[in-house]
Amino acid sequence: MSEAVSPAPVEHLPLRARLALYDLDGVTLLALPALLFVVALFIYPFAYGFVLSFHPKSGGWLANYSKFFSDPFLYETIEATFRLALPATVINVLVSVPVALRVRRMRNRRILTTILVIPITLGTVLIAEGLLIYLGPQGWFNRVLVMLGIGQVRLVHNYTGVMLSLILSGFPFTFLLTLSYLTGIDPSLEQAAATLGAKARARFVHILLPLLAQGLAINLCLSFVQTFSVFPSAVLLGAPAGATRVISIAAYQAAYEQYDSSMASAIAMIMGFCQLFVVVLILAGRSFVYRGAAGGGKG
Amino acid sequence: MEHEKSLAERLWAIAIWALVVFFVLNFTAMVATVVVNSLGTRWFNAWLPAAFTARWYLSAWDEFQLRDVLIVTFEVVGAVVLLSGLLGVPAAYALARRNFPGKQVVILLFLLPMLIPPITFGIPLATVLYQAHLGGNMSGVILANLVPTVPFVVLVMMPFVEQIDPRVEAAARVFGAGTWRLFVHVLVPLLAPGILAALLLVLVRTIAMFELTFFTAGPGSQTLVVALYYAVYAAGVRAGQSIDAMAVVYMLTTLAWLLIALRFVDPTQIVTRAKREAAH
Repeated sequence: MSEAVSPAPVEHLPLRARLALYDLDGVTLLALPALLFVVALFIYPFAYGFVLSFHPKSGGWLANYSKFFSDPFLYETIEATFRLALPATVINVLVSVPVALRVRRMRNRRILTTILVIPITLGTVLIAEGLLIYLGPQGWFNRVLVMLGIGQVRLVHNYTGVMLSLILSGFPFTFLLTLSYLTGIDPSLEQAAATLGAKARARFVHILLPLLAQGLAINLCLSFVQTFSVFPSAVLLGAPAGATRVISIAAYQAAYEQYDSSMASAIAMIMGFCQLFVVVLILAGRSFVYRGAAGGGKG
Repeated sequence: MEHEKSLAERLWAIAIWALVVFFVLNFTAMVATVVVNSLGTRWFNAWLPAAFTARWYLSAWDEFQLRDVLIVTFEVVGAVVLLSGLLGVPAAYALARRNFPGKQVVILLFLLPMLIPPITFGIPLATVLYQAHLGGNMSGVILANLVPTVPFVVLVMMPFVEQIDPRVEAAARVFGAGTWRLFVHVLVPLLAPGILAALLLVLVRTIAMFELTFFTAGPGSQTLVVALYYAVYAAGVRAGQSIDAMAVVYMLTTLAWLLIALRFVDPTQIVTRAKREAAH
C-alpha cells in the first residue's frame, strides 16, 4: 500500500517488495487463519469422506456404492427425497414471485419481512413440533376443517406433513431472496416500459423476468439444496420408515446406528452429487433460456 | 375493457394478499398452539385446554435439565460468536483491501460452506472430529458450528470494510500505527456496527443450528435445539405439555436475540448477506 515501487527491475527487489507487488504482505496474511480453518474443517473432511467412501468395511473399493444402488431400502431414498424437494422448491419459488411483486410496492414492507424471518430463525425442529400438534387430529387446523364440513384430514406422520413443513420453513427464505433481487432492479426500466404503453403482464414478461432470471436460478438452487437435505421434519413429522425416508436419514442411520462411517460418507457423497447435479442443471437451463445481461442492475 | 382489466387485477391482488394472510395466520396459529399447550392442564377434544397452569415449565426444567442445557447452549454460542469474529473480521479486512492472485478462489472457498447444507458436509466433518477425539464434546460442537459462521462473518464484513476510506488507515500508518493498533484504535471502532450485525446474526443462527450440533454433540454437550429434537423424537416418554414448555423456552431464547438483531439489521440481510449497501 505505502511501499513505493522502485524503478529498479523486479528481479533486483527484495522478496518482500516483490510479493507486495502482488498485494501479498502482512495484511494479506490476516486472511490466513480463517482460510486454514475452512481448509482444515471443510475441505479436508470432504476430501477425507470422499476417500473413506472408497474404503468400505468389507468388499472392493466400490462396495459401498454398489451396496447403495442394489439395496432398494437405500436407493429408494433418492426418489423419496426428490419427491419432496422438487415440488417444495418449485412451489416456494413460483409463489414467491407474485407475492414479492406485490410486497415490493408496500409501504410497511419491513413488518412483513420481520414476520417472515421468524420461521427461518426458529428452524425446522420447532416447526416440526408445532405442526405435529397444530395439524394433528385434535389440532386447530383439523377442527376448522371439521367445522367447515370438510372433515378430518390426516396431515402428520406422512408425506403431506413434511411437505407442509418444507413450505412453512422454506417459503420465507425464497420469498426474502426473491424480494431482494426484485428491489435491486432499477424501477425506471419498468416505468419506461409503462410510458411506452406496456401492460403489467408485458412488463413482467419482457422486463422483469429476464432481469430476474439469474436471481431466480440462484434461488432455485439454494432452496433445492436446502429442501434436499431435509432431516428433522422428515423424522419427526413424516413417516421415517416409509414415504419420507429421505437420503439424510439413510446417511444418519449408517453413521450413528450401524457405526459404518465409510458407508455414511458414501451416502453423503451421493447426496452431495445429487445436489450438484440439480444445481448444474438449473444453471445450465438458465443460460439456455436467457442470454441477456446477468445482473439486475444490482450493486 | 379498461374497467374489466382492473377488476381482474384487483382479484389477483386480493388472491395474493389472501395467500400471505393465510400463511402468516397458520404460522401464528402453530406458534400459539405450542404456547397454549405448554400452559394447559389437559387439552383433549376441545378448542382450548380445560384450565391453565405454569407447572409444566417447572417439570420441564427438571426433566430436561434445562439449566444445564441452557448453560451449554450459551457457552457454545458465546465461543462460536467470539471465535468467528476473531477469525472472520481480519480475513474480511485482508480480502477487502488486497487484490492478490487467487483471491477469487479464496472467496469461493468461503462461499462453499454457506451454500452446501450442513447435512451434506456434517457427516464427514463429524467423522474427522471423532477421529481427532474432538467429537462428542463441547470443543467438537464449537468447531463444527464455526464451519459455516466464519465464512458468514467474512462475507458479511467485506462490504463494510470497503466502505471505510483507505486514507483513514493511511493516516494512521503515517503516524506509526502497526496493524494491531490500526485494528484496535481505527478499524474496530469504525466497523463496530457491521461487526455487531454480523455477530448477532451468527448468534441467532448458532442457537438454531440443529444438524451440525446434532452430529457432534455428546450427552453433556447438547444445545437447546438438539435437546428439543430428542424430546420430540421420544414423545410419549414425557408429557407433551412438558416438551412444549421446552419449545417455548427455545422460542423465547431465539426470538429475544432475533429482536435485538433486527434493531441493527434489515431482515432481508439475513438471507442476502449485506450485498446491497452500495446500491442505495
